[in-house]
Amino acid sequence: MKIEARNLSFAVRGKTLLQDVSLAVQPGETLALVGPNGSGKSTLMRLLSGLAKPSRGEVLLAGKPLASLTRREIAQRIAIVEQQAETAERITARSVVELGRTPWLSALKPWNGQDTQLVDKALRTVEMEGFASREWATLSGGERQRLHIARALAQRPGLLLLDEPTNHLDIHHQLSILNCIRNLKVTTVVALHDLNQALTCDKVAVLSRGRLVACGAPSQALAPETVSEIFGIQARWVRDAEGADPFLSFQLA
Amino acid sequence: MSAAAALAWQGLRGACLALPVLAAAVLAGAMIGETSLAPDLVLSVLANKLAGAGLPVDPVDQGIIWSYRLPRALVAAACGAALAVAGVVLQALLRNALADPYILGISAGASTGAVAVTIAGLGGGALSLSFGAFNGALLAFGFVAILARAAGAGGSRAAAAQIVLAGIAGSQLFNALTAFIIAKSANADQARGIMFWLMGNLSGVRWPDVWLAVPLALAGWMICRFHARALDAFTFGSDSAASLGIPVRRVQVVLIFATALTTAVMVSIVGSIGFVGLVIPHAARFLVGPGHRRLMPAAALTGAVFLVAADIVSRIIIPGQVLPIGVVTALIGAPSFAVILVRGQKAAR
Ligand SMILES: Nc1ncnc2c1ncn2[C@@H]1O[C@H](COP(=O)(O)OP(=O)(O)O)[C@@H](O)[C@H]1O
Ligand SMILES: [Mg+2]
Repeated sequence: MKIEARNLSFAVRGKTLLQDVSLAVQPGETLALVGPNGSGKSTLMRLLSGLAKPSRGEVLLAGKPLASLTRREIAQRIAIVEQQAETAERITARSVVELGRTPWLSALKPWNGQDTQLVDKALRTVEMEGFASREWATLSGGERQRLHIARALAQRPGLLLLDEPTNHLDIHHQLSILNCIRNLKVTTVVALHDLNQALTCDKVAVLSRGRLVACGAPSQALAPETVSEIFGIQARWVRDAEGADPFLSFQLA
Repeated sequence: MSAAAALAWQGLRGACLALPVLAAAVLAGAMIGETSLAPDLVLSVLANKLAGAGLPVDPVDQGIIWSYRLPRALVAAACGAALAVAGVVLQALLRNALADPYILGISAGASTGAVAVTIAGLGGGALSLSFGAFNGALLAFGFVAILARAAGAGGSRAAAAQIVLAGIAGSQLFNALTAFIIAKSANADQARGIMFWLMGNLSGVRWPDVWLAVPLALAGWMICRFHARALDAFTFGSDSAASLGIPVRRVQVVLIFATALTTAVMVSIVGSIGFVGLVIPHAARFLVGPGHRRLMPAAALTGAVFLVAADIVSRIIIPGQVLPIGVVTALIGAPSFAVILVRGQKAAR
């Protein structure tokens, strides 16, 4: 599903958090969103998901203005994993993932075997099938994060928005989640802090102080000059002895 | 079609499980009291009244059962169920384990309305205490709703906290008004009467109250039950609910108004019975878990049975005297709550 942001601006109480952001993600592509803390990544995610309304500009989902869809129609197309989502309820891991089926259920379309299968599959994808009956409070940060991702997958979205999904994850699960995301046929926008992980996505968008400073092919958007400037460091390309793709190396400026 | 049938079947199965328990509780409510009456006597009275069976029954016994105890037990059941469901809904919606049906200022407003009518003499004696209580409750709720809205509850992440704070402010204000009216114009007897009413009093309940309380409890129940899945979606907050396709604003408004209205009516009939709306939801959660499709029926049934039982206890525990039912609910409720808390903690480890 294609998503397009046109001249998005967002302000709260006179403070501009995002200014004139335009970008497009083609069906099936994975876009990495990078930028320093407070640069507006989460804000942009909320606008793309319809959780917040832009002060100016519009979001088009598969060519249709997002504002013309109901909440339920949006939820059948877009799933979002927000940065912090906690609960004090004594809910099991499995029921968290089951929440993802909510937009597809109604009084006349109750839970059925297919929903169960989708939940099983989502749990397997994030390697959490062994945790299904565990209570939320007993899970680690990384396990919770993977459940949120599974919940989003169970939603069967055409567009997946992930806000720093690899936080809390060990390196194995970081790589396996990213691999899984890249292999999904679903269009994905993912906020990442690890720039070398961003390099492996189809496209990269760089935000700085609420503005889009670069958007395009990873090696161009993440050119060392851009990265050095917006993060206030020194970055350079490095190649390892085995001749794999170059990666970024950093040191303080 | 098969989906609709499955739904009807589910409802039927639930009713088959719940109705016998409810009937047994109401039967006990009709049997037990200062004079104990045999179950077959109660059944004979029911047969006489409902089917015109013409069985020989002492008219005094028949009067006690039909005019006093049955309506009392039925209203207690309706009220217990409604308060418990309101508690479940508000705890989920406001994401606050301490929320109860009175968190929106309803009980405070009802007492202000009650004293305004009975003590300050508002309406010149033409208005009933229930009428005053109901209007006071709505007034207080209106105040809380407007305050919460003005405080920027509109869609922000802090919305739930704003409503709770507005509710506390509203309750304080209306409690102060009540105290003011009592201090200004009440004599000791009047003050005592009001205290008694505030702690819950079912002794004035008659059939017209049944025709108000039972249908209202059923209607409130249906509205809340219909939103069970939406309430589940609030587990991770209102943003998460929105991203799962829940029209958050509409659900909040519908459910808060439905619970406020049912609670206001219940309070105006029986006074503000504490603890049911707070403790029963937690007890039910302990029994069936946090999923609202099972939690709501469990809470409604537990609440109904609990309040019928509390009413029985309030009538027999001190011979020749009726204890306010709120005292009983708190005396049983607080220790059971403590047990649930402690056992819940252990289970979580
Ligand atoms: N509701 C709000 N009111 C005022 N400022 C906000 C609000 N939400 C976010 N901000 C500010 O907007 C900026 C962007 O935030 P965010 O999008 O969360 O950044 P990122 O996710 O890139 O770290 C930050 O400076 C943050 O402090
Ligand atoms: Mg962020």
